[in-house]
Amino acid sequence: MPTYSIKINGKQQTVNVSEDTPLLWVLRDQLNLVGTKFGCGIGQCGACTVHINGTAMRSCSTPISVIADKEVTTIEGLSTDGLHPVQEAWKEVDVPQCGYCQAGQIMTASAFLAKNSSPSSEEIKNAMHGNICRCAAYNRIHKAVEVAATKLV
Amino acid sequence: MSDKKITFSRRNFIRTSSLASGGLLIGFNLFNSCKPNAKAPVDLADLDYKDFNAYIKIAENGAVTLFSPNPEIGQGVKTAMPMLIAEELDVAWSNVNVVQGDLDTVNYQRQVAGGSQSIRLGWEPLRQTGATARQMLVNAAAARWGVDPSSCTTKNGVITNANGDTLGYGEVVTEAAALDVPENVSLKHPKDFTIIGTDAVNVDIDKIITGKPLYGIDYKADGMLYAAVVRSPAFGKKLVSFDASEAKASGNVIDIIEFDNKIAVLAKDTWSAFKAKKTIKAEWSIDTPLESTEDHDKILKKLLQDKEAKVLREDGNVDKAFAEADKILERIYEAPFLPHNCMEPMNFYANVTADKIHLVGPIQTPQRTATTIASNLGRKPDEVHLEMTRMGGGFGRRLYGDFAIEAATISNLAKKPIKVVYSREDDMTAGIYRPASKYKIKAAIKNGKITGYHLREAAVNGNMYGLIPNFFPAGAIENYKVDAANYQSKVTTGAWRAPYTNFLAFAEQSFFDELADELNVDRVQMRLDLLQKVKGTTDEKIEYSPERLENVIKLAVDKSNWGKTTANIYQGFSAYYCHNSHVAEVADVEVVNGQPVVKKVTCVIDCGIVVNPIGAENQAQGGVVDGIGHAMYGDFAFNKGVPSSKNFDTYRLIRMKEAPVVETHFVQNTLAPTGLGEPTLPPAGAAVANALKAVTGHRFTQQPFTKNPEHLKVQKKEIIG
Ligand code: FES
Ligand code: FES
Repeated sequence: MPTYSIKINGKQQTVNVSEDTPLLWVLRDQLNLVGTKFGCGIGQCGACTVHINGTAMRSCSTPISVIADKEVTTIEGLSTDGLHPVQEAWKEVDVPQCGYCQAGQIMTASAFLAKNSSPSSEEIKNAMHGNICRCAAYNRIHKAVEVAATKLV
Repeated sequence: MSDKKITFSRRNFIRTSSLASGGLLIGFNLFNSCKPNAKAPVDLADLDYKDFNAYIKIAENGAVTLFSPNPEIGQGVKTAMPMLIAEELDVAWSNVNVVQGDLDTVNYQRQVAGGSQSIRLGWEPLRQTGATARQMLVNAAAARWGVDPSSCTTKNGVITNANGDTLGYGEVVTEAAALDVPENVSLKHPKDFTIIGTDAVNVDIDKIITGKPLYGIDYKADGMLYAAVVRSPAFGKKLVSFDASEAKASGNVIDIIEFDNKIAVLAKDTWSAFKAKKTIKAEWSIDTPLESTEDHDKILKKLLQDKEAKVLREDGNVDKAFAEADKILERIYEAPFLPHNCMEPMNFYANVTADKIHLVGPIQTPQRTATTIASNLGRKPDEVHLEMTRMGGGFGRRLYGDFAIEAATISNLAKKPIKVVYSREDDMTAGIYRPASKYKIKAAIKNGKITGYHLREAAVNGNMYGLIPNFFPAGAIENYKVDAANYQSKVTTGAWRAPYTNFLAFAEQSFFDELADELNVDRVQMRLDLLQKVKGTTDEKIEYSPERLENVIKLAVDKSNWGKTTANIYQGFSAYYCHNSHVAEVADVEVVNGQPVVKKVTCVIDCGIVVNPIGAENQAQGGVVDGIGHAMYGDFAFNKGVPSSKNFDTYRLIRMKEAPVVETHFVQNTLAPTGLGEPTLPPAGAAVANALKAVTGHRFTQQPFTKNPEHLKVQKKEIIG
């Protein structure tokens, strides 16, 4: 089995997995970073969203073999203390219901806001449309993205 | 409404101990008395839930910790229930910490009811417990001061006597532990509440937003293998043989286990298990005729037309009313099967060893599941140790322990610790679905009045539970009948968020809208007029309160600007009672780029006193959006036993852009809290359908509404008028 050296949350890590192993399962099963969630495995729900070189990507659909020299950030590495403005906004607005989708929502929102810190409501909806929340906490997610934007400026 | 007060024995439901490490421990039971010999442990390491179903620890520094094995499925009860204790205990909410305990044994007294009913059932007992603990602390302080306990007051964990001397709770915990448990304590008047009715964010929020392990799927144990299971590709097929040679040859696969008509692949990691599973070639025989949705449709339609069905409620003489009617309105409403699609796929950990069965995972029925597993494996119930995790959604699916039973069976055969993990495909195709159902509703009209009403239910595998026939409009129409029939299918079905009412409310509230048109009366006024007839009813069976339903309807009219909106907004109305709560909703649909779009829903809910408003709003909004999502898009069928969708590429769930703004209004009262997780869902579909009628001219009788895109075409303005 090939060996991969990857940089996750600023830390260089080595794993032995088959080349088609999705980053999601490397994170969850090999590296014990279980904050990134499995929802569908086919890029449809966004529960597995991480940042790869700052861009929100679906870790379930990203094989380990393509991320060699890239920087991966997961929910565990978004901030050291849970105080990223998006996390703070999520807490303030009390977004989660079951909470399972929320790591993915936060990762999508934080990558989006890094590129557009004063989004319109329409832009927020477009940015978050790919992340399913089965509990349908969409009103809160929308509000939290707005609140986070105010914290970023 | 009949009196739904929960009675419980106040005596003997609390035991205390002085912790060896310092502090007071209170073990308590919510619904039953303690066993006579039950003792609260003196060491936190010995907490078990055999004799008590929760514990409160008050430390010497005054910090309060609540230990409870009750899991969270996303309905906020894990936050709301401790608030009730803290309120009566009179401590600052910020000083309260909630720790989820393990469920250690099947002797566990009773699992707090899942979902909507938890807060209703816990309302009195939890407050009683808090108040009793408070009284013990006061008694201890009063004894030290040599004063009458009734001369002392408490606030934020501090006891004050008439002289103004103060003692913190922590300072008297040791003495309190030695005192008898007082029997009669009084509860606060709602006007004195300082925690109930204030916003408390989710107790797990920090862990959720930083990605800490919380859910069953996050659980790991030493030596644990991951199990992916091959199940029958169609309902009604049996495993004949299989070839797993390719799977076995792949590096990380450790074992292949055949059990119960299924094959488990055990691997070192999830991905290897998922991948190897796909290489297994299995032969299946056809056990029974394979069922298709077409067949179900025909059978259910026939059941709707049969002369006889099981009568669930009958008032007056329905046959006579129809025979004498000037006009009869009759409609059929049709709902598909629905998968639950919890965001966290089903999973469970099991380690079956010679001396113990260790189970960990997301389950709403731990006791039943543990008992079944013990009996399946021929073991004693007290050998089972079950730990509940936070759940990534429930919606009814995790009431069923099938996935935990699978895990235990596999571990028992493999003699290894394993965790069964469902792929999304497994989760959607090995479901315990919302049963497909159809309703026929008939109204007899004479002299412009509704004189008769007949609701017939035809559903797969079962029928509405006993209370539903006594919901609105029972009692409002003189000649009234509800009857039901079902068809036993091989497709597994079960509870799905707001069982039965999730679709029945749509059928009935759509029918009422049409009935108002037929009678040429105002649709809201028609409902209010019907409710007048129920006021003062002596019928004990009537479940809802006509006054409370009337009140939410009137408030919804007011808050939604009903009938007074601008020309481009089309409104639909719906009101429903279920799970002991009364809800009215108005949907606002606008035409955007030639398409009807649900922009806003005004939701008025009477669920008694609102314990945690910030959590309650979240639940109510989620219920409405979930209801709209499934009414619009939720479609699931079977073709020769094979499910039509396997994943979210073909199964559509509502997403951000389709979700309306939900404006919630809670009726302010001090009545005992009732269900919140479910009751806002049922009325949502009809509110939208009734608004869509105004825009499209089409009267929706089938879900999902997107089934025929033609029906969603905006009608020309001049036709709507
Ligand atoms: S798990 Fe990756 S998108 Fe759903
Ligand atoms: S909070 Fe449950 S899926 Fe989003």
